[in-house]
Amino acid sequence: MIIVSITKKLDSPTGDLLLKVDLSVENGKVIALYGESGAGKTSIFRMMAGLMKPDKGKIIVNNETWFDSDKNINLRPQQRKVGFMFQDYALFPNMTVKKNLEFALEKGQDKSTIKKLIGIIELHDLQLRNPETLSGGQKQRVALARALVNRPKILLLDEPLSALDIKMRSKLQDYILKIHDEFHLTILLISHDVGEIIKLSQKITRLENGKLASPENPFSFFTSNKISGKYQFEGEVIDIKKEDVVFIVSLLAGGNVIKIIAQESDIAAIAKGDKVIVASKAFNPILYKIQ
Amino acid sequence: MIDWEPLILTFKLAILTTGILFLVSIPVAYWLAYSKSRIKPIIEAFVSMPLVLPPTVVGFYLLVAFSPRNFFGSWLDDWLGIRLIFSFAGLLVASVLYSFPFMVQPIQSGFSSLPASLKEASSVLGKSRVTTLVKVLLPNIKSSILTGCILSFAHTVGEFGVVLMIGGNIPGKTKVASIAIYDEVEALNYTTANTYSLILFLIAFTLLLSIYFLKGGHSKKLVP
Repeated sequence: MIIVSITKKLDSPTGDLLLKVDLSVENGKVIALYGESGAGKTSIFRMMAGLMKPDKGKIIVNNETWFDSDKNINLRPQQRKVGFMFQDYALFPNMTVKKNLEFALEKGQDKSTIKKLIGIIELHDLQLRNPETLSGGQKQRVALARALVNRPKILLLDEPLSALDIKMRSKLQDYILKIHDEFHLTILLISHDVGEIIKLSQKITRLENGKLASPENPFSFFTSNKISGKYQFEGEVIDIKKEDVVFIVSLLAGGNVIKIIAQESDIAAIAKGDKVIVASKAFNPILYKIQ
Repeated sequence: MIDWEPLILTFKLAILTTGILFLVSIPVAYWLAYSKSRIKPIIEAFVSMPLVLPPTVVGFYLLVAFSPRNFFGSWLDDWLGIRLIFSFAGLLVASVLYSFPFMVQPIQSGFSSLPASLKEASSVLGKSRVTTLVKVLLPNIKSSILTGCILSFAHTVGEFGVVLMIGGNIPGKTKVASIAIYDEVEALNYTTANTYSLILFLIAFTLLLSIYFLKGGHSKKLVP
């Protein structure tokens, strides 16, 4: 069980922001943090990893106190055993992929974990390469593997897949799922991608105006349980065109462009760039704005 | 035939100065690059003072400090039996102080140019600050370290004012090449002065050329 109950005043681009987090996560769950950029999601991760000090509160992981402002406890990052995947991957340029992984070993830890990770994340061919010769997706895989070498209790993924194309994304999501099953990890994930959140996480919580909402089921979070569709998928509106009496809405969903016919009333609240869910009842598809 | 002693002494001084500075500057540069302390600007200003002060000012205060008549000088004399004035050891201490910014600044800017996430990633992976410094940070700022070493070496070779104030002009002990040149000119031995000068000229040029080659023209940002 992970309990995070902290407050922290942040200098955000829009002025001071009081971050107030009350979150408890069961072991072995994947929970997604969702919210606008600049809302303080990364700061929550940094405080959990010990890279930033909360003003007040406590962080308790499996009955071990990592931070407690009342008792003056603040474990250093080195003592916390967190797997942190940085947005810029933070691979060490002076080491090969293999050396990057070996660097993460604890004193006396044998190399079998590395072998296992190389197998799961399919890094065989990259072992002797230098980080700067890797593509974005390859770097990300290495960063993911490195974060797991010393068997952390929690894995923090800060927008892990934002820089990748759709095909690569889905592959990496599979790696994350595999790792989650293999190591029984508790994963916290920052993501803006609705599909990714639904695929990976069991709970989602939204950070808004510095407050973290109570966790919900991701699917009902995005659909608000209002629609009972025969099928549904999410996409991004890339175009809305008027054709005679109806509108044709073009969506980008899973790498495909899909055209949907909509009534004027359907699209009243929808603009280009919106994330929507397309759901179908018996006959006609329904568009539903989610973001 | 010229007397090689001043040149040998110059290089002995430059090598030792660079070696000491390398060891001393890494912790100082690390602190300056990462500390959020309020007194940091004061320390930074102190470190950079030799860049703007006339060498004679530095030399003068060191002379006063090292003098056996004053507290620090007499303490050194009484307790450690070291007399820094008009000795090679004194010259070395003065050179280290005088070339300090030439080593600290490149290393400090090297540290600052590294993404913060490298240091953070290493500490999240459970590595101590020393391990992070030795295995992650330093190997990634090799060219800054090399620049610092070359600049300090070259700057020590080029010293005159500080050396003259602190060391005087004792052959074999404190008479370095730059002072030998001054000496020879005073004695109207222009040929010998020219030989010394030419040697220093070529060495300085080679050293600076090697920095520019290594950095591919980026060394414009370096300290003056």
